[in-house]
Amino acid sequence: MIRESLSGKRIAITGATGFLGTALVERLLRAVPDCELVLVVRPGRRGAQNRVDRDILKNDAFDTLKAAYAEDPVAAGGLPDESFADMCKRRISAMAGDVATDGMNFDDESLALLSTCDITIHSAAAVSFDSALDDAIEVNLLGPHRVAAALRDAAAIRTKPTAAGREPGTPAHLVAVSTCYVAGSRRGNAPEQLVDESPFFVDVDWRAEVANARRARVRSEADSRTPDRLSALKKEAYDSLGPAGAPAIAERTEQLRQRWVGKQMTAAGRSRASSLGYPDAYAFTKALGERALVETRGDVPVSIVRPSIIESALSEPAPGWIRGFRMAEPVIAAYARGLLKEFPGVPEGVIDVIPCDLVVATIIAVAARGPKVDDDGIDHPDVTQIASGSANPLEYGQLVDLVRSWFTEHPVYDEKNQPISVPEWSFPGRGRVSRQLGRARKGLNIAEKVLDALPLRGHQAEFGAKLEERKDQLERANGYVELYGAYTECEAIYELDHMYELWNSLDADDQATFGMDPNLVHWPTYVHTVHLPSMVKQARLKMSPGRRQSSSRNDRLRKQVLEPQRQLAVFDLENTLIASNVVSSYAWLATRHLDRPDRARFVAKTLREIPTLLALDRADRSDFLRYFYRRFEDAPVDRLAADSAEMLSDLLITKSFPAGIRRVREHRRLGHRTLLITGALELVTEPLRPLFDDIVAAEMSVTNGTYDGRLTGVPPTGEARYQTLVDYAALHNIDLQQAVAYADSSSDLPMLEVVGFPVAVNPETKLASIARKRAWLIEHWDKSQGAPSRVLPIGPLSHSAGRKLFNRSTA
Amino acid sequence: MATDPRRKAPRPGFVLDVDRSTPPIMFHHGENFKLEKLPAGRSRVIYPAEPLPGLPDPDESIRQALLNPLDDDPLPSLMKPGMKLTIAFDDLSLPLPQMQRPDIRQRVIEQVLDIAAAAGVEDVHLIAALALHRRMTEAELRHALGDRIYDAFAPQGALYNHDAEDPDGMVELGQTRHDEDVTMNKRAAESDLLVYVNINIVSMDGGWKSTATGLSSYTGIRHHHNVDTMQKSRSFMDRHASELHKSNWRQGEVIKKHGPRVFQIETTINNNTFGYDGPLSVLQKREWEWSARDRATFLAMKTGLNAMPSSARRKIFQSWKAPYEMTSVQAGEVEAVHEATLENCFKQHIVPVEGQTDILTLGLPYISPYNVNSVMNPILVMCLGLGYFFNMYRGQPLVREGGVLIVSHPTPWEFHPVHHPSYIDFFEQVLTDTTDPAEIERKYEKQFAEDEWYRHLYRTSYAYHGVHPFYMWYWGAHALQWLGRVIIVGGDPRSVRRLGFQPASTLQDALEMASDVVGPQATITHMHNPPILMADVS
Repeated sequence: MIRESLSGKRIAITGATGFLGTALVERLLRAVPDCELVLVVRPGRRGAQNRVDRDILKNDAFDTLKAAYAEDPVAAGGLPDESFADMCKRRISAMAGDVATDGMNFDDESLALLSTCDITIHSAAAVSFDSALDDAIEVNLLGPHRVAAALRDAAAIRTKPTAAGREPGTPAHLVAVSTCYVAGSRRGNAPEQLVDESPFFVDVDWRAEVANARRARVRSEADSRTPDRLSALKKEAYDSLGPAGAPAIAERTEQLRQRWVGKQMTAAGRSRASSLGYPDAYAFTKALGERALVETRGDVPVSIVRPSIIESALSEPAPGWIRGFRMAEPVIAAYARGLLKEFPGVPEGVIDVIPCDLVVATIIAVAARGPKVDDDGIDHPDVTQIASGSANPLEYGQLVDLVRSWFTEHPVYDEKNQPISVPEWSFPGRGRVSRQLGRARKGLNIAEKVLDALPLRGHQAEFGAKLEERKDQLERANGYVELYGAYTECEAIYELDHMYELWNSLDADDQATFGMDPNLVHWPTYVHTVHLPSMVKQARLKMSPGRRQSSSRNDRLRKQVLEPQRQLAVFDLENTLIASNVVSSYAWLATRHLDRPDRARFVAKTLREIPTLLALDRADRSDFLRYFYRRFEDAPVDRLAADSAEMLSDLLITKSFPAGIRRVREHRRLGHRTLLITGALELVTEPLRPLFDDIVAAEMSVTNGTYDGRLTGVPPTGEARYQTLVDYAALHNIDLQQAVAYADSSSDLPMLEVVGFPVAVNPETKLASIARKRAWLIEHWDKSQGAPSRVLPIGPLSHSAGRKLFNRSTA
Repeated sequence: MATDPRRKAPRPGFVLDVDRSTPPIMFHHGENFKLEKLPAGRSRVIYPAEPLPGLPDPDESIRQALLNPLDDDPLPSLMKPGMKLTIAFDDLSLPLPQMQRPDIRQRVIEQVLDIAAAAGVEDVHLIAALALHRRMTEAELRHALGDRIYDAFAPQGALYNHDAEDPDGMVELGQTRHDEDVTMNKRAAESDLLVYVNINIVSMDGGWKSTATGLSSYTGIRHHHNVDTMQKSRSFMDRHASELHKSNWRQGEVIKKHGPRVFQIETTINNNTFGYDGPLSVLQKREWEWSARDRATFLAMKTGLNAMPSSARRKIFQSWKAPYEMTSVQAGEVEAVHEATLENCFKQHIVPVEGQTDILTLGLPYISPYNVNSVMNPILVMCLGLGYFFNMYRGQPLVREGGVLIVSHPTPWEFHPVHHPSYIDFFEQVLTDTTDPAEIERKYEKQFAEDEWYRHLYRTSYAYHGVHPFYMWYWGAHALQWLGRVIIVGGDPRSVRRLGFQPASTLQDALEMASDVVGPQATITHMHNPPILMADVS
């Protein structure tokens, strides 16, 4: 019956790139072989057709159908010798359009195509439970209203009947997908009625809500630009990046500002929703969306389908099929990782989930049935709910038991390859869980602050990065509690009278093909054999003890770095190849010719200065270098050149990382150009010249055979280093995407970001966390075990000691 | 001290059969010691000879040697005004450990310089003949030559380290009858007279090896420092059974023909490494003769060492200067001089040993020729055990073919980054691939030998040449071929395995592991080292 009714019809679908939309497209292609589809997608940069091909048809939902076509196209419902691709070409048209814009960005051609459609299924929605208020308003509230308007326009321009015989001037039937939760947070039965028919509906003017949401955006944008806010954001950017240079800080500040505005808008959505009795902005905007649609639909026949929480497929297109990481999954994943020690909820409460294939079947059945028409032939908007709570309820406590028993048998493994045992929940109230998480977060925050303040590197710094990751996870867990906690406390029971009416009207064939009765689901089987196995795959949880992921990832990245087609390897010097810094080399050179008492005085003075120097270095690298290099004023060039040759052995090589030096040479052997860019002085790096193809270092000007302590140019640090690298690459015709950069500090970010293969070497805390997040190669290079250790970088007592320090001001 | 009976009548080395009453035997163990009980009835310990008396008046003996050379004219008669004189001398690798001041080289060179000055020779250069070893530092040169010589020559650039990689500093003298290249330091080669000042600590040193290797470059050295030569030398400590020396002697023929006139001065020293009294003297006594005081000293020393970090232990041992005494000096024509040297050398070192053993045990000390003032890295452990000590034999190896070598050394994963940069890479890149000397030579030697960065560090820093770790490995090639198994007791298991050997935590475990190869009742021989002995195995 369904197949016959839809046969030869052309169906427009919005939201086909989404979870439900993809399943819908697949089902229609497979189960209704002679309908045609018009997919309305946002064109993005690649265009509508491309998105349909890449983002929809490539999905594994179509695997079954593809296999069927490969075997026997006719049996699969196609033409003889037709391939899956040919079938898609024949039956699917892509159409650019955006439900978030008035007029949906349709041109005449699009409208003409839309006018040939007999049915429109509107499944596009901003489902993200934390989307910004105005985004949710544009898509969820105004979307259905816009689709209806477009259908009216389309009907108006059509002069001939459609292929399926619909008369000119009659708009297509609109099936709008909504959500059961438009009923709001409440207890008791929620029947299938229009929202304003409910006694609990607080009738607000949806137009005013639209206007206010848009105003809220304008206000947040303005608030984000106040001087106080901007300086706070800039500080935050600096805290996360360190002295990475003005452009990098500016970029991060702007990112943070946008994120801040986003957060404000999310908060605005959540608070407005809860003020009107909805669990979140999604349900709130969907409810008003229904209201707006019914109010403004004109002569467009409308049917509304309300699913509850859609979860992975029971059997079609494949058991457990799911697209994206949905609502329950992150919570379950966090639980399996042992992260979510508690989650609020009432164990007797009903958690209303529904497999997506049941929802798809309901939508198709409603579309096939057509609009509800009364005895006078007048159509009325109708509502069909598809949920499990009334017919086949899954209790929250039961779900938690099922999940726990499954993960007890199939534990997730931690980094050290130990199985994680899942906690037992005691079902506390939402407030208590939030408080608990809040405390944990506070503890981590303090630990992080402490770590941040310490000058850590390498493994310890990575510990800091791990801490940050853990904090992120906690943050997310807390987010789930805030977002979804409301749902677990929602005790409404969604009635299914219309759904069952529809179901009972189907013949046995249709019932077999388009199963939508929630009683088809056996929850223990569904959770254990369908949902969780597919979910852990989707979430890429580590289900077996194996090699540590991080080390194998590092191996893979290292291999990439050392591929012959790389063109350039650029290295930082200090703390990347050598555990030393400009202060050490200065101290070494300055004390080289001092006798014992002078040395002691020098050491005492330099030690006193260290806090000042460190603070200056943190603030701005190039200012620090300029300030510091003044000390070389009056230093004789010849003597320093000779001393520098000695310093190679006594300081540089002694404190070098042999693995780093080896890496430079490996690159050279592979034919990559090697470049050292450092803020160290040229005279210091001179003995390292044979190691690299080129060296860019800070240069001091010389007068009468002595240095004058002034740099001849901007020292190559931060963004200057980036510029140096870009200029160098241009000069030597090098593609920076084929370049590798090694550095240790977040001040090198501009350089690291511009190359194709950034490597963090013994990263300090900030860089460590950035590198982890971006999956960069992290190398831990150590000084040679057995290197002579010295507390202070003081030149060895030479037999010609007793001469003066070379600098007047410090002598 | 003068009354010590051992000074007047030193006892020769001998072989002790271990029975139930034998006390635990002291094993050197890097910068520490171990006392090990050897199984009674099947073990024996070879003790070195006690130190021979030193020459009563070393300066006078040197003078006599220079005035009455072997097969050559007296040194004063070879000196002419206006001539070019070069004095080359053995580098830091000799003697081991460094000796107390004045060093023999200082004594000899001062006299040579006096003779040259008296003859009005003005163009004099002093060169540390270090071949592919690391450059000596100012302090090390001052120690070997004395401040007077250093201050007189170094500032003018007339005292310096040999540089085998100086493109303008080397000459080719020709090829041997076996087509081996002979290269030499240009200054030395173009001199009217080359005086070579040597210290023989083991019988490998001296002879034509001094000039043919010490002043040569990779081009010349590669002809004898290779796997084939080392595997054919039985042993390289026995000059007449050594392919290494035959090749050097062939190169000597070319030097004689096309090179400078060489006046060789060789000296030998006694076994007095740790002194007759003082804190370390117990180390050269025989265990069952230890007095209560010796025992107490040893115990205190060991307790102290155990409590120290390894860097502190290293500092203490590296600062030890041995009170070596000169036992002979001979000068003149290279080959005649060297024969006399060998005789004097063997007088101190040779210990007759009857028959081979199944298991040879060694306690390796903290020092080898290549880690003076440095770190004994795992590769040097291999070289000292399987290269030097294993080859301290005449006739046939102490251990039978297919036997087991058990070495006691902590073998830490430590390298001196300045002195041994190419060793680090050898350890990380080469040994992770293979430990087979021939394969290593074929696959990797050239790459390391011709590496620009190593060359730079060898020339300007204080690094051993890039190819040097290969030679260390080749030095053990004969032992690797000969032995059925090598076990290192008390070594860092990671580095021991990297070397291709087996780690054992105690000597008992090691003996147990060895029984897989040589059976449960295998005979054991322990070579009591240092000081040095050379087994004459019949």
